[in-house]
Amino acid sequence: MANHTTNRQATTDSSSGVAGVIEAPSDSQSKHPGSILDEDRDTLVKLYRQMLLIRRFEEKCAESYNLGKIGGFCHLYIGQEAVGVGAISAIRKDDYVVTSYREHGQAIAKGISPKAVMAELYGKATGCSHGKGGSMHLFDTSLNFLGGHAIVGGQIPLGTGLAFASKYKGTDQVTLCFFGEAAVNQGAFHESLNMAQLWKVPCIYICENNRYGMGTSLERAMSIHDVSQKACAYDIAAEFVDGMDVLAMRQATEHAVKRAREQSLPTLIEARTYRYMGHSMSDPGKYRTRAEVEKYQERDPLKLFRTTLQENDILAENDFARMENEIKGEVEAAVKFAEESPEPDPRELYTDVYANPEGFDFTKSN
Amino acid sequence: MAVLTIRDALNAALREELARDPDVFLMGEEVAEYQGAYKVTRGLLEEFGPKRVIDTPITELGFAGLGVGAAMAGLRPIVEFMTFNFSILATDQIINSAAKMLYMSGGQVKIPIVFRGPGGSAYQVSSQHSQALESWYAYFPGLKVVMPSTAADAKGLLKSAIRDDDPVIFIEQERMYGMKGEVPDDGDFTIPLGVAEVKREGTDATIVARSLMVPLALKAAEELEKDGVSCEVIDPRTIRPLDIETIVESVKKTNRVVIAEESHPFCGVGAEISTEIQERAFDYLDAPVRRVSGADVPMPYAKSLENLALPGVEQIAAAVREVAYI
Repeated sequence: MANHTTNRQATTDSSSGVAGVIEAPSDSQSKHPGSILDEDRDTLVKLYRQMLLIRRFEEKCAESYNLGKIGGFCHLYIGQEAVGVGAISAIRKDDYVVTSYREHGQAIAKGISPKAVMAELYGKATGCSHGKGGSMHLFDTSLNFLGGHAIVGGQIPLGTGLAFASKYKGTDQVTLCFFGEAAVNQGAFHESLNMAQLWKVPCIYICENNRYGMGTSLERAMSIHDVSQKACAYDIAAEFVDGMDVLAMRQATEHAVKRAREQSLPTLIEARTYRYMGHSMSDPGKYRTRAEVEKYQERDPLKLFRTTLQENDILAENDFARMENEIKGEVEAAVKFAEESPEPDPRELYTDVYANPEGFDFTKSN
Repeated sequence: MAVLTIRDALNAALREELARDPDVFLMGEEVAEYQGAYKVTRGLLEEFGPKRVIDTPITELGFAGLGVGAAMAGLRPIVEFMTFNFSILATDQIINSAAKMLYMSGGQVKIPIVFRGPGGSAYQVSSQHSQALESWYAYFPGLKVVMPSTAADAKGLLKSAIRDDDPVIFIEQERMYGMKGEVPDDGDFTIPLGVAEVKREGTDATIVARSLMVPLALKAAEELEKDGVSCEVIDPRTIRPLDIETIVESVKKTNRVVIAEESHPFCGVGAEISTEIQERAFDYLDAPVRRVSGADVPMPYAKSLENLALPGVEQIAAAVREVAYI
């Protein structure tokens, strides 16, 4: 960031006594890089594999979109994989995830099969939202992946409500609520964080700061450039994370999950990341230079983690090649599944409008 | 049968449903310690405690969205807007989240939530506090819209709304909270959504009225009876789903219709009902469908102007005479 790069003030989580120190790293360095020593081999391999799967999946989406197979808006996650993969690796299957319209990667990380995601993008009956949601509205209640929401910031009160429900019911489920840095300018963000700390709900707010709200840089949109600073206003613990470091992301989320599960307290995590592609597939990205994109690509999350894995003898060159091959097959199978799946039955147009449709006569329409 | 005010009938419905289902909770501004800005929630904090009856900050978008999120996780929130005027701040969550969630998720995520509170005109509270917003909410597939006009309907419909698995907009009328009526004592008394009621039978003209217009229409019918005009008064009670069959059946009998509403006429519920009638019963009509609506202006403050802005008994009676050609 151009300014605000020196010492941060610290917020103290008043109810727990745990200090959530906000440190602003430069764009290339987290104050707390992820530690490989804390992780077992299987976890490390799984994290890399998921990131690679998402990268290849998204590349295939771009291809299919350009072929006219995917309609509407299509917002790709390329460059941001470490954020979703790292964070979601820190929660349980029954924990909730709610997110924005840039959610293919998070859906896969939470466990929705690439087939069901791709079929949804193709608008097929076998899609995870049965072809009714599309790219921006992926759902799977069996995995507590509750959307894909397409009004900027709209999911932030929803995530707060999911966490409220966990506390109300006395479960120890936590909620991960993802959004971009542009959503922080919406009232929904501020209203939610106020209620979250007022009522002490186990919601982890993860701001994926990819530096642009569509074509507007955060410097042109925010009076304060460090999103994590916003937590001070609500006395919420905050973490500032290198979003290109999957282990840093995982470990920061683990701290937040512990705080949420054990003390029922919210956390705001700011993950500094970058999207390599346009805002959506229709965005040529003229608001930034090629050199800027390349600068961030030097710290590509897959490249960084691959180096870490190689240096620590977790995976060797041939392991990576084998993994590439497997994933290529998996993505191709997803496309084949989507291509071959049936369109939704025309009768589905009028289903799912109401859970209890008594009193409605949809046969009259059209 | 007990005789209750609409306020107390609503209070009884809330109390019974909170007692019936632990997943039901109530939240809103001043609903708990203050006992409700209009005292609809009186005594509920004492009975059910602060976990179930929750005072919110003045943060309508936030708590409406929090309620929708809680409903996504299987709870059954009742969200009170101190008045529906303030729901305008929350429309993103009501419309973009609550109304569309089931559909966008391919049928996976139900939103069993009630948004309730007073709507329509009050007494000299001017433009920003006197709005009838039912046509806004009724526009959206995915929402149900309910507007009771009697104490029994208020209780029976609110209980049904709370038990319903879809988002329900439940609009009470601020001027009607003190009106009394008989209410069945049975704790399981409910009235199904989407069923109109013939409030008065008649043969010469049909008056379709909702909410505050129902007592006025009944009064107009009494006046007209003296002139030998027999009016049937129908209260749809639920705007969406709309029980158009009951209205059309009445029109086939009377051949004349007046629709009374306190909302603005343009793009209003009356316009929708009028279209439905002409599509389904054109050949039965002996006169054009006549609407009596609130003036197409923001609500003024001065009592004299406010009176002019709202339909009254006289205007409804005059409209009936017009369609009856007398």
